[in-house]
Amino acid sequence: MERIEESLMEKREIISTLQSRIAEDILNIPEKVITPDESLISSGLIDSFSLVDLSMLIEDVFEVRIDDTELNSDVFDSLDQLANLIISRAK
Amino acid sequence: MTFNFSKKFLNQVDKLPDKQILRMLIDGDYKHLTYKDIYMGACRYERELIKTDVNSGDVVILILPHGLDLIFAYFGVILNGSIPSIMPFLTEKLIAEKYREDFKSLIEISKPSALITFPGFKDEIKHLDTHKSSLGVVIFSNETGLNHGLDGEFLKHKGLLRLDNEVALLQHSSGTTGLQKGVALSHKAIFNQLESYQAALIINKDDVIVSWLPLYHDMGLIAGFLLPLLYGIPLVLMSPFDWVKAPHKLMQAISEYKGTLCWLPNFAYNFCARKIRDRDLTNVDLSSLRAVTNCSEPMRLSSHEMFINRFKPYGLKESALATSYAMAENVFAVTQAGIDLPITYDEVDLIFLQENKSAIPVKEGYRSVVMVSAGRPISNVEVKIIDSTGNFLNERQIGEIVIRSNCMLSGYYNRDEITRKSFIDGWFKTGDFGYIADQEIYISGRKKDLIIIGGKNIYPKDLETIAMGVEGVHPGRVVAFGVYNELKGTEDVVIITEIEDKFLNNKNKVIEDIRKKIARESAITLRTILIVDKKWLIKTSSGKIARALNKKKYIEETISNV
Repeated sequence: MERIEESLMEKREIISTLQSRIAEDILNIPEKVITPDESLISSGLIDSFSLVDLSMLIEDVFEVRIDDTELNSDVFDSLDQLANLIISRAK
Repeated sequence: MTFNFSKKFLNQVDKLPDKQILRMLIDGDYKHLTYKDIYMGACRYERELIKTDVNSGDVVILILPHGLDLIFAYFGVILNGSIPSIMPFLTEKLIAEKYREDFKSLIEISKPSALITFPGFKDEIKHLDTHKSSLGVVIFSNETGLNHGLDGEFLKHKGLLRLDNEVALLQHSSGTTGLQKGVALSHKAIFNQLESYQAALIINKDDVIVSWLPLYHDMGLIAGFLLPLLYGIPLVLMSPFDWVKAPHKLMQAISEYKGTLCWLPNFAYNFCARKIRDRDLTNVDLSSLRAVTNCSEPMRLSSHEMFINRFKPYGLKESALATSYAMAENVFAVTQAGIDLPITYDEVDLIFLQENKSAIPVKEGYRSVVMVSAGRPISNVEVKIIDSTGNFLNERQIGEIVIRSNCMLSGYYNRDEITRKSFIDGWFKTGDFGYIADQEIYISGRKKDLIIIGGKNIYPKDLETIAMGVEGVHPGRVVAFGVYNELKGTEDVVIITEIEDKFLNNKNKVIEDIRKKIARESAITLRTILIVDKKWLIKTSSGKIARALNKKKYIEETISNV
């Protein structure tokens, strides 16, 4: 029970970090609130020129590597999915 | 001497059938192809075109992923004597309706007889009402080469019969406006350009061209595809979609295959400098590069510095920096610099330049800007500067750049009126502002309200029309323009709009809706959307929104706020 709560907390924190860092560093729209299930790639919110920035940001902040072949909406398209990916890699 | 595209290609195939001319990155690995391989692939498509009665002189549109089939289909269409035109690929973020609309406008004007595409596009075809248009034939890439022989021995290539003044290919730029203006180029124009350009580049037997550029763009099609394949220069090719996610692959390819020549739009200098990790450059050696040519968007000294500083430790020579001024209407290059001599940088007075008057070498104590030379015209091209009444201007006076050459477009395809208006006394009006100093050409701005992002031409009108489709946006009260972003080395798009009164309490939703709609219906991502009060936007006497004036006002206000 404790572990589930812990991992939920962890996921919420990851999403919250991603929310602010993506809005500030990648989109340059600090006031933008990205919801956890909002589509990032297929909607064009993160354009193709910024996909590398996203993978560099994830590596810097979470020490998790995302390969360039994984930078597409089939692998992840929302903060929620991205957080799951980060958690699965971190273990 | 007669110039014929098919003849040139077939000569190479006959002379050097086993030469490995193309290395293409597909799914992470390089596929190696000889001239014979490309010829065989092309014949597959040529047979399909013959079978479906697509004639010599017919326009054939290609919508294919950046891969081998695109290359085979392109040469297949050429060998059949038909006119290939590559349409930008439908990316996942673009909505289908918008793409269809653009495609329809292309069909209405260019009147293609056939479309070559891939199986994934099958559903799209159903929406196109092909029976109502000229488009009678659709060929799918996976259905070619079935039930017939393997070689082209028995094919009578109709392409060999094309005359040198007949149209060889069409080039389109992206967006609604761009797709309605197909640049038609003759066999002769293409070869006059290629002959002259390869001389300007001092092409030699050790040259290897490395490119990630899309083939629907003139720089990708001419410098990064036709020049190498028709002149026997080994080509290493990757998809722009692969490069943008992993820019280090370009550097690794240059290192591995000893690349000597590469063409990049200005933003790519910044992009490569900023977005490649050290670990991806382990053992990379860039010392083979002799010319990295900056072309197709405004060139900046700061981008060159960023690039050199980042890659000098990996062997990149400063002398490899090169520049070119080019346009599809001249097939490609107008000028070239940085091949045998270093690029010239010209420091001029900022205020005079901004007022579009003249480029005066700066005096001490005045604000200045460093202009990057595009070099001298290549041997078959003449360049002059004219004022608004068409008179030729002197050295260092700023005006519109006009060009004359033996490689000009035959015309905008089926658009005689626009073609006629583009010329003045036999000179092509480029729409770019610039000046000449010591026989070198400098580009200082644009007459047309064109936004260039990452080398791609974006027409502000297309973006304004999309934004006007958002609920709450005041029709006719939207302006779009580009503002240079130093860090990125290219322009960011700004949209300024008035909104209807009842939406004033809901500004954020309108902003969000504009952002989403632009992202899905155009090739760009918006950074800044500004909602302004009535009276903010400056209009011309005829009531139209004045883009240049509004851009100036926006920049002044932004600077004063900082």
